[in-house]
Amino acid sequence: MKPPPFGYSRPETIEEAIAVLAGHDPDGKVLAGGQSLVPLLNMRLATPGHLVDINRLTELSHVRVTGGQVVIGALARHAEVLADQDVARAQPLIGQALALVAHQVIRNRGTTVGSIVHADPSGEMTAVLALLGGTVLLVSTSGERPVPASEFFLGPLESDVRPDELATQVRIPVLPARSGTAFAEVSRRHGDYAVCGVAVLAELDGSAAVARARAAYLSVAGTPLVLDLSDADGDPAVAGRIARERVSPASDIHATAAYRKHLAGVLTERALADAIAAAKERSVG
Amino acid sequence: MASDELFTVRFTVNGIVHDLQVPSRRLLSDCLRHDLRLTGTHVGCEHGVCGACTVLLDGVAVRSCLLLAVSADGARITTVEGLTRPDGTLSAVQQAFADCHGLQCGFCTPGFLTAITAALEENPEPTEEEAREIIGGNLCRCTGYQNIVKAVLRAAELRAEEPAADPAGSP
Repeated sequence: MKPPPFGYSRPETIEEAIAVLAGHDPDGKVLAGGQSLVPLLNMRLATPGHLVDINRLTELSHVRVTGGQVVIGALARHAEVLADQDVARAQPLIGQALALVAHQVIRNRGTTVGSIVHADPSGEMTAVLALLGGTVLLVSTSGERPVPASEFFLGPLESDVRPDELATQVRIPVLPARSGTAFAEVSRRHGDYAVCGVAVLAELDGSAAVARARAAYLSVAGTPLVLDLSDADGDPAVAGRIARERVSPASDIHATAAYRKHLAGVLTERALADAIAAAKERSVG
Repeated sequence: MASDELFTVRFTVNGIVHDLQVPSRRLLSDCLRHDLRLTGTHVGCEHGVCGACTVLLDGVAVRSCLLLAVSADGARITTVEGLTRPDGTLSAVQQAFADCHGLQCGFCTPGFLTAITAALEENPEPTEEEAREIIGGNLCRCTGYQNIVKAVLRAAELRAEEPAADPAGSP
């Protein structure tokens, strides 16, 4: 349970960081919070040749709401994003999801951008990015490359970040008018990876009926699965049935496929009802 | 594969400045225990699950097994050894664990003490539910959690009785 040897750099600027990554392509790996990467190193499941520690790039610590987007820098810790009141007002789903990410002590160090780049299909923030249609900004010596969420997640633990690229920030759209969100998941142990989970966004029309609804699921596919639930017309039971029909999860040591399918239905019902209630409360308020 | 090049790091542990030469792959937990002989920080799972190795990094509770020592360069670290007051008396959290029988074998205790110490700085008056959330990331295999929850609440009481709480723990 000790990491294998690796080269190490701790750049002071983004320019220096991408130059080091370019110099070590394809053996470089970015170290931010390390709450996923260091366990992989300790268990020797990952053996990068060279780590580029970005913890000195304080210019990437930002969390701000601007131009209809929540912008989260690569060094913003989960705990900082979760505590940000502007973010909570602008896009409540982010806080609803982050409260379910591991434990306080892990959230103190782990970064939100890092967990998205890690692309764990059980990750709460991967589902948030996919559901809301966020963007990841990648930077290399060749320039900037924004990648939409729909193209970012390629497979389990595989995102569209090239070995010479640094993900500097993610942008997540703020909550539209007359809308509400909710997050629901089931995990075996407090703070552990979800056996199944769902993030829901519901939008009301002018007469407070549900105009549109969609959901993103974790732990039921290799990448976050986004489903349109608008056909349910705001009926949680119908939405649950749609979810059960549309997800095709795999069995593993944590749960059978049938149990995951069942959970997808139940959690969809709960989350959609909560999201609609939140949207109504927000429309009135 | 890269060789074990040594890096110079300087950090403060429990108020004492240390200058060290460490390979990049040295975990902070191993650095504290092996290089600095501060064996109060315990190593359980070494992948961030058990919480026994929790230390305070610039006042924030983190897993020392998920941090490279070289990454901690320039930081102020507090281990369980640094929680005791300068006169050797127990801190509020330590005293509460003794009062409430919050430990048996003691393996997990350093991680609980550090995590709770940091959490009470942020939330000095936790409810029982919040107390359970505070210790949610720490595993104990013998005492069970009832007495540890009581210890969190007792520690909050003891802290409140202290004259002008000082995070450095001066008497």
